[in-house]
Amino acid sequence: MRDSKRPVIRGIKAGLPIGLGYFPVSFTFGFLTVAGGLPVWVGVLISLTNLTSAGQFAGLNLILAGAGYVEVALTTFVINLRYLLMSLSLSQKIEQKTPVWKRMIMAFGITDETFVVASMEKPPVKAGYMFGLILLPIIGWDLGTLLGGCISGFLPEALQKAMGIAIYAMFIALIVPAARGSRKIFVIILVSVVLTCIMRYVPVLSGISSGFRIIIATVLASALGAWLYPKEEEEDGEND
Amino acid sequence: MTRVVICVFLMALVTYIPRVLPITIFRKKIKSKFVRSFLDYTPYAVLGALTFPDIFYSTGHTISAVAGAAAAIVLGYFKRSLVEVAVAAIIVVYLVEVFI
Repeated sequence: MRDSKRPVIRGIKAGLPIGLGYFPVSFTFGFLTVAGGLPVWVGVLISLTNLTSAGQFAGLNLILAGAGYVEVALTTFVINLRYLLMSLSLSQKIEQKTPVWKRMIMAFGITDETFVVASMEKPPVKAGYMFGLILLPIIGWDLGTLLGGCISGFLPEALQKAMGIAIYAMFIALIVPAARGSRKIFVIILVSVVLTCIMRYVPVLSGISSGFRIIIATVLASALGAWLYPKEEEEDGEND
Repeated sequence: MTRVVICVFLMALVTYIPRVLPITIFRKKIKSKFVRSFLDYTPYAVLGALTFPDIFYSTGHTISAVAGAAAAIVLGYFKRSLVEVAVAAIIVVYLVEVFI
């Protein structure tokens, strides 16, 4: 019992900055829902059931544009396909004996940020750590949506726009220290970014949707990394 | 409104499926060194692809976004926390937006 309690607390501590960082992002989402003419509860329902940034924003835009079910489902599915990689990666890090029902709960909380933070935890990662880790991000995401839908009309426009950068700043806060600590990781990030830019700006390739762009860049950059810098059996954590 | 609610649940479904399938199906350690290395590198590759160049379109103007991104990179380099980096970037973008 003593051993199973501590991972939860460590998880909650690791999740706190993510939960706080989600606030401005989900706040913006709540605001956009209401600005688009939908009631606040729809925004909150989306956040409660989806818990994802890019997919929700894209889905909301499609809903507001009057898109059909297939279009909404397919677009958000493609954007969310990257979770396949994250879920697969985590399947190798969590304790093997973790029962299916616990895996099903922690799977709901896999986001770009919780995934990266969990990846930095020394394996085997306990279910308790995962539950602790996802708790505050879930609360921050849903509460932020609610508040954004209720009060963001009072925020100055410049501040609303400025909040758009919050999620990306969090991404940077996760990758820059890792890139500083490891030249291999720096190279992989660089390759991934260059590939994304090529797919975005080269005319022939710019028809690739944003979801597939992310998947293609991730797969190619990670594969190159695995080929150039294969990791030894017990080597984890590239820092220092 | 029924259409909206159906859309929301479709979105929830296609968001949960890719999250839940691999972690429940793959219960054994993957042996291949290549695949294991690949999976270890995905966090960084995916965040890089998510961040650039989209960050430069995330605010009202490219100039404010570049300033915010620069602030985030500098603070990230000095290993500041997620919240500090996010809040600092918002403040920098806001100031630039106001003075533009």
